Amino acid sequence: MSAPSKDQLIDFIYEEARMLDEGRFSEWLDLWLPDGHYWMPLDYKQTDPHLVTSLLYEDMFMLKLRVERLNGARTFSQKPKSRCHHVIQRPFVDEMDEAEGTFVTNTSMHYVETRLDEQFMLALTATHSLKLVDGALRLANKRVDLLNSDAAFGNIQLLP
Amino acid sequence: MAPYQSPKLTVQDIAGMVQGHQVHRDVYTSEKVYRLEMRNLFTNTWVFVGHESQTPKKGDYYTTQIGDQPVIQVRHSDGEVKVLNNRCPHKGTKIAIDREGNTGKFFRCPYHAWSFKTDGCLLAIPLKKGYEDTGLHQTENVKGIKPVGAVYNHRGFIFARLAEEGIGFEEFFGDSLSSIDNMVDRSPEGRLEVAGPPLRYMHKCNWKMLVENQTDTCHPMVAHESSAGTAVKIWDELGNPEPRPPAMQIIAPFMSPYEFFEDMGIRTWPNGHGHTGVNMSIHSDYSAIPGYFEAMTQAYGEDRAKEILDENRHNTIYFPSIMVKGPIQQLRNFIPLGPNKTLVESYIYRLVGAPDELLSRTAMYNRMINAPTSIVGHDDLEMYERAQEGLMSNGLEWVNLQRLFEGNEDFSSEAVENGTTERQMRNQFDAWSRFMTSTMEGHAEAAE
Repeated sequence: MSAPSKDQLIDFIYEEARMLDEGRFSEWLDLWLPDGHYWMPLDYKQTDPHLVTSLLYEDMFMLKLRVERLNGARTFSQKPKSRCHHVIQRPFVDEMDEAEGTFVTNTSMHYVETRLDEQFMLALTATHSLKLVDGALRLANKRVDLLNSDAAFGNIQLLP
Repeated sequence: MAPYQSPKLTVQDIAGMVQGHQVHRDVYTSEKVYRLEMRNLFTNTWVFVGHESQTPKKGDYYTTQIGDQPVIQVRHSDGEVKVLNNRCPHKGTKIAIDREGNTGKFFRCPYHAWSFKTDGCLLAIPLKKGYEDTGLHQTENVKGIKPVGAVYNHRGFIFARLAEEGIGFEEFFGDSLSSIDNMVDRSPEGRLEVAGPPLRYMHKCNWKMLVENQTDTCHPMVAHESSAGTAVKIWDELGNPEPRPPAMQIIAPFMSPYEFFEDMGIRTWPNGHGHTGVNMSIHSDYSAIPGYFEAMTQAYGEDRAKEILDENRHNTIYFPSIMVKGPIQQLRNFIPLGPNKTLVESYIYRLVGAPDELLSRTAMYNRMINAPTSIVGHDDLEMYERAQEGLMSNGLEWVNLQRLFEGNEDFSSEAVENGTTERQMRNQFDAWSRFMTSTMEGHAEAAE
């Protein structure tokens, strides 16, 4: 890939969601650049990931840990395993800097997670920062804003 | 609720549920017990409300609950923090519904515009002539929004006793206040400020399971093997790179062996308070943050600064319902919403005058361990909810709290013991039983 088309950027977002839904987490980890962060703010329109609490602000070590834990023999909260499902609206491509090879998309989603007899839904907006590296699109950063980020939740175990 | 069918729980019923080394499962599952906890335990004890920095300016308010009672913490025009029942004396409408805000010089009920000073006193009622000769002035309603029984501000932390009469603040907490003191002393200016909103985590279990788990030192290496053990494994596979990733500093110590937790020690104080980490704790080995010790030395002198920072208490329970982590500047509030429903709010605080890196680590701790998205929190909640369901079994009705039980324990003075004892849980139930029944009919006879 030289400069990705708008369609290729949008396809990337769809494919990422599908990987999560199908539990292909190791493949999903490979999308990431090493210094990326997955950020899920706690506060509506939060600007700072460091000096106030977030729901998630995870580096690659934490994301790898999260994924490996899902496969562990003594991961009690995943016996039985959770499943998730993303329904996504066509992403907006907000930035296309072909010279720098950086791209930003904004995607509305409904996320459903289920385990045993429980199922819950989250409405969210995901902001993906993508970068073209060696001809392939990679995830540089991902920010997930839950519509009700300030609500009290039970366990959210997979990745919205 | 099988064995306790009486329409109203008696002193004997409550006393019979706590037998030193064991408690009856009804303490976790019974709706009647929960109602009585709200009416007695959360009314007779001093319960955490908020931090004064949540309401820094006059008219600032914040809404929360003491047990099941909706309250408002508000900064009055005299600069004092008041705690009011969040209920209009007219029709019962909640006066404030948002989580925080500023009400200016008075509260105004949105339903019929009765208005009140920020200490609750009635200011005005529209069309007041409609109450002429009705006897309204003889009612309790006309006085205004009722304040709680008593309020105490200990170094910025606001506690309230709903009951107008009862045990004093200092008598109730005694030397346990040393943990809050140490947390505040860690600020070079001796002052904390709340940092952002709390994590809010809903648990379908009884609130006491959460409180007990704070000093349960035999669960981390078991329940959290999937997170802490996997962290250690990944770090090994990476060739143990230094500096260690943050997850290694924060999560990996949960995998420490039993001996480590035994050596940590547990201290209990009267009235259900206690803490883990007497000698050292899983928080002892965090990396030093440049400039912090210097700021502390400048503020306190080197000896005192060392003394403050050498205290690495793990979890301190302020009975009934909060836990404080001094070295992390975190407070967790376990708000009971029903026998099997608990809202956990986890707050963090800035050490005023300390480098930002400390707050950054604190925020990281909060989200890594105590968020609804935390891989550590997931396994804790899984255990609580499995227990809440399992306790419905009629096959066995007693819950065992016997680890390092010595029989006829006396909780009326401070004690320091092996860090894996369940004495602190027994201490909590001793206080639970006393504050549940102290205002009940028949209390005096039962005590004889």
